[in-house]
Amino acid sequence: MKVLVCVKRVVDFNVKVRVKPDQTGVDVANVKMSMNPFDEIAVEEAMRLKEASVATEIVAVSCGVSQCQETLRTALAIGADRAILVETDAELQPLAVAKLLAALTEREQPQLVILGKQAIDDDANQTGQMLAALRSMPQATFASRLRIADGWAEVTREVDGGLETVSVRLPAVVTTDLRLNEPRYVTLPNIMKAKKKPLEIVSPASLGVDVVPRLKTLKVNEPPQRQAGIRVPDVATLVAKLRDEAKVIT
Amino acid sequence: MRALVLAEHDNATLKAATRNVVTAAAQAAGTVDILVVGSNCAVVAQQARTIAGVSKVLVADAPYFADALAENIAPQILAAAKNGYTHVFAPASGFGKNVLPRVAAQLDCAQVSDAIAVVAHDTFARPIYAGNAIATVQCTDPVVFATVRPTSFAAAADGGTAAVEELTAVADTGISRFVGREIAKSDRPELQGAKVVVSGGRALGSAENFKLLDRLAHRLNAALGASRAAVDAGYAPNDWQVGQTGKIVAPQLYIAIGISGAIQHLAGMKDAKVIVAINKDADAPIFQVADYGLVADLFQAVPELIEKLG
Repeated sequence: MKVLVCVKRVVDFNVKVRVKPDQTGVDVANVKMSMNPFDEIAVEEAMRLKEASVATEIVAVSCGVSQCQETLRTALAIGADRAILVETDAELQPLAVAKLLAALTEREQPQLVILGKQAIDDDANQTGQMLAALRSMPQATFASRLRIADGWAEVTREVDGGLETVSVRLPAVVTTDLRLNEPRYVTLPNIMKAKKKPLEIVSPASLGVDVVPRLKTLKVNEPPQRQAGIRVPDVATLVAKLRDEAKVIT
Repeated sequence: MRALVLAEHDNATLKAATRNVVTAAAQAAGTVDILVVGSNCAVVAQQARTIAGVSKVLVADAPYFADALAENIAPQILAAAKNGYTHVFAPASGFGKNVLPRVAAQLDCAQVSDAIAVVAHDTFARPIYAGNAIATVQCTDPVVFATVRPTSFAAAADGGTAAVEELTAVADTGISRFVGREIAKSDRPELQGAKVVVSGGRALGSAENFKLLDRLAHRLNAALGASRAAVDAGYAPNDWQVGQTGKIVAPQLYIAIGISGAIQHLAGMKDAKVIVAINKDADAPIFQVADYGLVADLFQAVPELIEKLG
């Protein structure tokens, strides 16, 4: 079974981003970039399927600027067999990425596509669902457990009240939640090996996809800051403040 | 303009978040209809029709809609949406996030995720980078799809008498099946709607120690929450997680106990009216957003707090 995993290059989760003074976006110049953490979980899950002899080939895909090759090399170092970059300098929104991935899944015909449930930059949480829609595939989002058997994927999903398990017919789209697995560390020998693995570069035009953004970003602001509060010396003072000042307890 | 609001429900009760979405939809489009897709869900439609400002409630009822499988309900929403709607809204909950992008893509439309303010009929504010920046985005598609953060909009009150209209159910797609559900039974209020939330972090040290918070939550009639670190460590169930990738809450009172205050946690709770932090690390970032900070060992402070509250 072939598995496609999709990885996005994002500002590293440890970086506190700053809004640009001209309000056109956040400043990503000279900040550390990494693979979106949810996508790392996606690659790890594909590897586990391969180690369990369920998956036979793992193809990693990324969409974006030339530097996304680094993100794909990381996926190859974790264990993906080959990589495809849809290279463009254009702003890519979830619908456009879903269309690019739809074109690639049509070409590659994977049985399973695994993506992170959301990217930690735009926090959109859309691409997997949109890809599934465009390819008329079932979707199992926010996965915390995945099992493949008899042409179906049984997926336990993190839902608002707890957990829910669904079974989806393959080919299917799965999006990962945090507790699906703990991604392995990449080792130096594997980083070296990854450099020799094939990485193909295609363009949105070659896939016949129009990536023009549908949402226009008018401005990007700092969020309102909370006023710094006070320190209370002891529990008694805290209770008094909550009762008499904030009036939030009785 | 006319908005279609997707009702979130469990076939018996309309989830309160639907009311907040109605408010956002009325601000954006003026006229609001509600779509209820479920199984034996007539009672939900009856609850929806009493919401003030709702002009029509559409109901699609079929056994295979019972568990809100996206594969089955998305085509139904799509069929309804094609009926002249300029806006299609859903709550930014696990339910709405799962299904709405599937519908939007089928209409070749973008989606605005997690709208926190309506700026104009096609323009919305939404958080990005875990709420460290707010983007104002304008939708250029013929239909505006948006998931709405319930805590950012007031709940629409009762007082309506909307007509209920039954739709012909679309067919079962057969490509997905519901297997089961593990929903924790709790006497505590629901996390996202609670007026008071008591949240614990990794400093609690064990699942056993989380029971200490249970006593405090009981006294305050609060919901229980947790940081990602506490959930990852197995001290608390995953549906308690408050933060960027967990639940977004905005209670009257949020008590953070043994939580350092990572950016992604703050993204989930900084809209609380009053924030209390109890942490023995005086430099913990949580104190920068707390209205009342107490530097103390939680294992002494929390029992004392319970005792002083009486």
